[in-house]
Amino acid sequence: MSYVQSLTCRECARAYPAGALHACEFCFGPLEVSYDYEAMGAALTRERISAGPPDIWRYGDLLPVDADGPVSLGAGFTPLVRADRLAAELGLGELWVKDDTRNPTGSFKDRVVTVALTKARELGFKVAACASTGNLANSVAAHAARAGMRSVVLVPSDLEAVKMLTTAVFGGDLLAVEGSYDDVNRLCAELASEHDDWAFVNVNVRPYYAEGSKTLAFEVAEQLGWRLPDHVVVPIASGSQLTKIDKGFRELVELGLVEARIDREDTSGPVRVSGAQAAGCAPVAAAFAAGADHVRPVKAATIAKSLAIGNPADGWYALEVVRRTGGAVGSVSDEEVLKAIRLLARTEGIFAETAGGVTIATLAALAREGVVRGDETVVAYVTGNGLKTVEAFGSSVGATATVAARIEDVAEALGESAWKEPM
Amino acid sequence: MSVTVRVPAQLRTLTEGRSELNVPAGTVREVIGSLEADHPGIEARLLDERGTLRRFVNVFVAEEDVRYLEGLDTAVSDGTTVSIVPAVAGG
Repeated sequence: MSYVQSLTCRECARAYPAGALHACEFCFGPLEVSYDYEAMGAALTRERISAGPPDIWRYGDLLPVDADGPVSLGAGFTPLVRADRLAAELGLGELWVKDDTRNPTGSFKDRVVTVALTKARELGFKVAACASTGNLANSVAAHAARAGMRSVVLVPSDLEAVKMLTTAVFGGDLLAVEGSYDDVNRLCAELASEHDDWAFVNVNVRPYYAEGSKTLAFEVAEQLGWRLPDHVVVPIASGSQLTKIDKGFRELVELGLVEARIDREDTSGPVRVSGAQAAGCAPVAAAFAAGADHVRPVKAATIAKSLAIGNPADGWYALEVVRRTGGAVGSVSDEEVLKAIRLLARTEGIFAETAGGVTIATLAALAREGVVRGDETVVAYVTGNGLKTVEAFGSSVGATATVAARIEDVAEALGESAWKEPM
Repeated sequence: MSVTVRVPAQLRTLTEGRSELNVPAGTVREVIGSLEADHPGIEARLLDERGTLRRFVNVFVAEEDVRYLEGLDTAVSDGTTVSIVPAVAGG
């Protein structure tokens, strides 16, 4: 059973039944899942969670669906890696990387999609659809195949070739739309009005879908031994993931599963949350820097295509979370992104996609500025696998040398002597 | 001057279920004024008390977001399609 009470508009607080709805009929504000926390808190314990499966469904009580028999490929419960070598490079202390490259289709999107399609099936939908910058495409196509549902996935036509292939292989419909992600998103928002028999995971079932990102907070706390970090760095595309990570931490405190950190001066958020954007698509970072109360849409131009949302649906709320918790939003150039991907790979053995490069490069920048501090327990969210975006590197990363199959040639290429000296 | 307005599901209770309407208008502001005249209540859904577009309402003129253009003052010409779309989607 689930503890869902209703959907509630974040702007005007009107309540709706928990169906396939995402926007308030009155003010178009986003609908958010409301729970009966009292009943949830009475049933939920650390032990109950720990006894659950090694995926996000161990937190099923905190998710907006009936967790019995989910549409699942085993998303989540990915490693939280202590990153001492990276920390040393950045001048930080206790640094952890949440390695969400390790999901069934290689990105955190599996978390939100397993929730969305479980809810879609519960509501009787036979078709799963989405607008995607690629990672969501992979995940919707895969989970739909798993569930025996039809999928219709719409992506911008300039997407990385790998992400096209790794979506199409699952056998659903994949439509490459001429235009940017924002064009695709607008198209899907309009299609959703005409196809009320399709579950658009990030349109009409978005309130449920988005809740899946809370598990990024739950897992970090559990993996730290039921302890909250001080500061997390999260990439921003639509801003939904960042706001849900904050919500997840706050729920854990409210339910008594973790202690709020009493050393925090500002108690309005249990964990400082900072956001990361690519300079070529940084509407939230720009609004943060300007102290603005509106996020002005931009035309996206960055190699971090999975973050290339010029008009972020939750940008305003992401800004609100960052300000409330005492974080910051940084932005970094494409060149810094590529350098950061290599830095993470070289220091920790984790190969991140471009979005992960944005996160690590922003972490480095915020560390230099003293926003992220060496006395904090810090978690960086690396949310997608580098194999998806290899083309961002072109030919700039490759073999050290091509050599003949001779010992002397190996030595020459490595600048070493060919033969061991006699002792 | 007549433009075609695409109406999202959220507003169709006010338009007798119609998904497309034709209204006379020269700007986006006039589009909303004409809609209000024919379908009272629609303006309050789209504009806040200061008369600006609500944060979660996107309006597209010929597939371009009016926030990139001139906002409510964006001109619309005869035969243009204006789409009203809830902003809370994607990501």
